[in-house]
Amino acid sequence: MLLLIQYTLIFASVLTLVALGGCISEHSGVINLGLEGIMVMGAMGGALMLRNLSSAASPFVIVLLTLCAAVLVGVVYSLLLAVACISFKADQTIVGTAVNMLGVAAATVIVKALNTAANPDDVSSAVQYAGTKKAFLVKIGSFEFNWFMLIAVIALVCVFILLYKTKFGLRLMACGEHPQAAASVGVNVFKMRYAGVLISGALGGLGGICYILAGTSEWRFENGVAGFGFLALAVMIFGQWKPQRIALAALLFGFFRALSNVYFGFDWLVNAKIPGAVYNMLPYIISLLVLAFTSKRSRAPKAEGIPYDKGMR
Amino acid sequence: MKNLLKKDGVQSFVASLICIVLGLLIGYIVLLFINPTGAGAAIMEVIKNFFHYSKPALQLKNFGNTLVKTAPLLMCSLSVLFCYKVGLFNIGVAGQYVAGSCAAIYCALQLGWGWLPCLLAAIIAGSVFGVVVGLLKAYRNVNEVISGIMLNWIGLYLSNMLLSNVKEVASPYTLHIKTEAAKALLPSFGLDKLFNGNQYITLAIPLSVIVAVVISVVLNQTKFGYELKATGLNRNAAKYCGMAEKRNIIVSLAIGGSLAGLGGALLYLTDYEQWLCTGSSVPGMGFNGIAAAFLGGLNPIGTVFSSYFIQHITSGGAFVDKTMYCSQISDLISSIIIYLCGFVLFIKYAMNNIIAKREKKAAAAGPEAPQPEAPKPAEADNGKGGEA
Repeated sequence: MLLLIQYTLIFASVLTLVALGGCISEHSGVINLGLEGIMVMGAMGGALMLRNLSSAASPFVIVLLTLCAAVLVGVVYSLLLAVACISFKADQTIVGTAVNMLGVAAATVIVKALNTAANPDDVSSAVQYAGTKKAFLVKIGSFEFNWFMLIAVIALVCVFILLYKTKFGLRLMACGEHPQAAASVGVNVFKMRYAGVLISGALGGLGGICYILAGTSEWRFENGVAGFGFLALAVMIFGQWKPQRIALAALLFGFFRALSNVYFGFDWLVNAKIPGAVYNMLPYIISLLVLAFTSKRSRAPKAEGIPYDKGMR
Repeated sequence: MKNLLKKDGVQSFVASLICIVLGLLIGYIVLLFINPTGAGAAIMEVIKNFFHYSKPALQLKNFGNTLVKTAPLLMCSLSVLFCYKVGLFNIGVAGQYVAGSCAAIYCALQLGWGWLPCLLAAIIAGSVFGVVVGLLKAYRNVNEVISGIMLNWIGLYLSNMLLSNVKEVASPYTLHIKTEAAKALLPSFGLDKLFNGNQYITLAIPLSVIVAVVISVVLNQTKFGYELKATGLNRNAAKYCGMAEKRNIIVSLAIGGSLAGLGGALLYLTDYEQWLCTGSSVPGMGFNGIAAAFLGGLNPIGTVFSSYFIQHITSGGAFVDKTMYCSQISDLISSIIIYLCGFVLFIKYAMNNIIAKREKKAAAAGPEAPQPEAPKPAEADNGKGGEA
């Protein structure tokens, strides 16, 4: 039972971080469908940093450097989406999809190249970080506390304050609702949208490293992040683009995702003889159902997905 | 020359070529970073693909193998294209492809059906996956990209679960259709002779091209296709004109799904590959289909060639020197190409601008003698015009 709570919290943290990223990006008016790819790249940055740090370093330094690496790679990678969608007014869906595919392919190629360079016989795309991963975990009894749970909460509070209590946040949201109106009072829509996408890149990168650290002590990058970027978008829609609701939605989705990891710990679930694949499908099925019941009355930022055109009224 | 460049089709073609060249160039630069010594050779292997072999007989056989995988890719890209014409981004194509594959394999191995019923089962399975997305989109306003992705994963796990019943005892792969269910094997009608007796060449290849032509005719020559395109251009206007826009969305996704499902059957019923029952990622075929659809300029006939090209470089990736690079390098190149396809509109816009500038220049220099040096003030004027 404790294990279930632990996994629920960690997956909820991933979803919260990434969904908050999506939320900021959409409030600025850009649909960030590339979150999945950004997660993979961020995860790669963090994982490589973890591998290269010695496990003798102080946990605080390890955590900090890993987070910085993930955020940095996430932000740089999200520039690809930002430049195409904001400056070149490209179709956000196509570019987002390309960013996703590119993320997995690039991460695989980079990791494999590094592995092969270090050891010619090693052609796998796996990064191991068993020693340094411990820096993220704190044992409280039999409950394994992960620093990411705290980071997710901090991110939640920060995003809430940023969006609703600061000038910047309100202007950002104006750019997603009616960019021409925002521009007429002197807001630079392009800058705001860049800010939105880059912040979502940072949060996506964080979510990525958090996701792979939730699992075992190594990660194969050709697997990507199993649709978590899109689950996060579903969480965001279910959360109605509001940070506090996103956190609740993330808990719900995190629970179903956690179930597939720990269902064999419950006797009555094992006795029910449901194939493991059903538990794997569960988060996706739930999200489809949830979307079917919530999308009808959902109110997305009005101008999302439409490239900003100064001349349009 | 200028008039030729003004044509939309020519512009699309040029834009696609630019994407391909840039994609290969960026891929080459990435290779240079990884290992500068073999980069040129590796990118040549990707481009050469089956010309890797020096014997014509082996070349022909491997050309056939590339074609075998082009057929399902073409079906996937047609699926993406068809839905895109109706304004829908069918990223669920991967799941529809998986559903079709699963239905075909299951019907062949478990139920022992012949190839024609297996094909039909695949079409139905694919379209069911498409219809779910369509219903959610039309009646519940669910973004088709998100529901499509969710169905991709559901399809993958569902297939793994179902096909575990017909897998080999010692391996995670499904049984060979050739040995276990020979009547489900697609007939070759002697086409294999053309490719040096390549046993995987079947009616799948001509069939996929025929489907491309049919899709082209449906979209461009029929009232049905016109209605679908009108719905894609402006949903509200189509509704106002009395077109059933909700029905059109669902029908187009059903057709898109059935195309992708058929694609899955066209690959697995040749026994070229076996299904991996423990796979934890959705097959890349559907996503490559997206690349092919956009690279083909969203034209069914253009898609035939772009599908071949994407498959050509994907197969070519297998010949890359494994001691230096990995085969995913071709995935990298094709994803760069899709990324660049996002810029196609911009490229066309730039081309139109250049043409307009030149025409203005020519007009300013006088009709009979278009001089290379245009007067300076006119040039500055043109520059402004280009930016507006």
